[in-house]
Amino acid sequence: MSGAALLGEARNPIIRWEWVYEEWDQIREALLEHLELTMLAMALGLVVSTILAAIALRFRWTMTPITATTSLIYTLPSVAMFALLAPVFGNLSRVTAVLPLAAYTLLILVTNIVAGFQSVPQSVRDAADGMGLSPARRVWSVELPLAMPFIMTGIRIATVSTVGLVTVAAIIGQGGLGRLIFNGLRRAFWTPMTVGALLSIILALMLDALILWIGLLLSPWQRRKKAAA
Amino acid sequence: MQHSFPDPESQINASRAAIRLSGVTKEFRGSAEAAVADLSLDIEEGSIVALLGPSGCGKTTTLRMINRLIEPTSGTIEINGTNVADIPAQELRRGIGYVIQQVGLFPHRSIASNIGTVPKMLGWNKKRIAERVEELTSLVGLDHDLLSRYPDELSGGQQQRVGVARALAADPPVLLMDEPFGAVDPIVRARLQDQLLELQSEVRKTIVLVTHDVDEALRVADQIALLNVGGVLEQLAAPDDLMRTPANDFVRTFVGEDRWLRRLHLNLVSSLPHHTGPILPIAATFGEAREVLAAEGVSWLGITEDDVFLGWVQASALDAVEAAGGSLADLERQLPAAQVEPTSTLRSAMELIMVSNTSAAVINEGGKFGGVVTLEGIRRGLAGDTS
Repeated sequence: MSGAALLGEARNPIIRWEWVYEEWDQIREALLEHLELTMLAMALGLVVSTILAAIALRFRWTMTPITATTSLIYTLPSVAMFALLAPVFGNLSRVTAVLPLAAYTLLILVTNIVAGFQSVPQSVRDAADGMGLSPARRVWSVELPLAMPFIMTGIRIATVSTVGLVTVAAIIGQGGLGRLIFNGLRRAFWTPMTVGALLSIILALMLDALILWIGLLLSPWQRRKKAAA
Repeated sequence: MQHSFPDPESQINASRAAIRLSGVTKEFRGSAEAAVADLSLDIEEGSIVALLGPSGCGKTTTLRMINRLIEPTSGTIEINGTNVADIPAQELRRGIGYVIQQVGLFPHRSIASNIGTVPKMLGWNKKRIAERVEELTSLVGLDHDLLSRYPDELSGGQQQRVGVARALAADPPVLLMDEPFGAVDPIVRARLQDQLLELQSEVRKTIVLVTHDVDEALRVADQIALLNVGGVLEQLAAPDDLMRTPANDFVRTFVGEDRWLRRLHLNLVSSLPHHTGPILPIAATFGEAREVLAAEGVSWLGITEDDVFLGWVQASALDAVEAAGGSLADLERQLPAAQVEPTSTLRSAMELIMVSNTSAAVINEGGKFGGVVTLEGIRRGLAGDTS
């Protein structure tokens, strides 16, 4: 009995490299799907957040309802959300996965975009107006660059948490690397689970580093300030 | 972007501009009292006018109406006869320098790029902008090494200088300054004020400067417009006139009880009526010496030769030298400790007179004797008493 168990352990190690080699196409496909879902959700999230943030900044009274709504969405359990949308858009539809994923990014993105624009000193706005910059030019060439560190931080946090959430979308047959994890769990075969888990962690870390780097590239004056401090 | 207006520079005239406010009133919504009430003000081209007053007197509001950051409720503002309301706001502002207390430099742009902001908007080419930035850097006394830095890497005084350079970049005829030196320490402030005056002697802009600091207004302005709460103009006068003849109690209280002492800073030795004093050429006789001493009622006599002051001699030594058969030239002379120039302030002349034992300071006019300054002379000069 114990011998069979030991044999079983030996045949089901944490990772079996032959499987990785044989199923490489499936793994790559899952990874790309994971990346694609993350990017689609982030793109949609950014578009919607930008609109919501612009409304909140323009009409201050909308700030509270917008924050309340995005906070409420953020508290909804992700599994429940995927489950609820599945009958609406179809189980295997990409929309069913991307919509909730994008919705979860809103709270972080809107908050950071608003905070970024609010961080622009009033004196800088005043000087820009006083020198004859048009409002559009002021927003584009002065306020946006100054808000960028906040916005990039929001994008980083939202991206990393989206990479995590995508795995959950596996319950509706999407989910990229999440599918490997669920398959492994269901079959009690550790290798796909390990591969899926490790790759999603690596993906999150790499995207985090990449966005951090882009952010620094976009805000050279911030780097110099930190170096001087 | 096509406008029917050619260039803001030609709108407001490239080199000179007079500003005229006529019956300007500003009422903010939800506020019972007007911020500025029926204000009329003529600002001469090439002069520095200080809008001075307590908080709530509408001085900043008035300033911001000139470049249309605030639109007046009624009344007109003209620059060289053109109503500013007829010029598109952004074009108007590109033709008017604007300096604020918090400077408002763009933190994400280098110093050079900050200074070049308006020229870039006006479509100057890179070479012309770079040359202009270099020129301005020298003009405001900034180190050229700072041009590639970011604003946060500069001190407050340096940032304020960049702010002034940025405002002057497109060579606007008008410069609006809102408490420009309010955020720096008193020593730096005094230096920046001096630099502003130096700069002004070169660029001759029409400058409107908002301040709540009487000393700043006295120091830099050609004319002071003293405003009361609600934007009421209490008095418009040259600094010294404001001190000498305050229009009412508000002005008197605002400029302070020590206004006569302050006037010592404002008036120069050259403003005094010429007073020769007990002075004789070296060839004069003892008789003439005694006459002058008696007329002036002093015990010191000044000796000159070819209009150059040689020194003071003591009246008590006259008899002995005359008895010994000598002349005025044989008297023991003391070089004057108290020497002033026509451009010295009355305050510094007074300081020197206090520590000299002759009760008089000698005016040195480029090496020549230019008369003497006495305490009585200063008193008379300030009182406008020419008798």
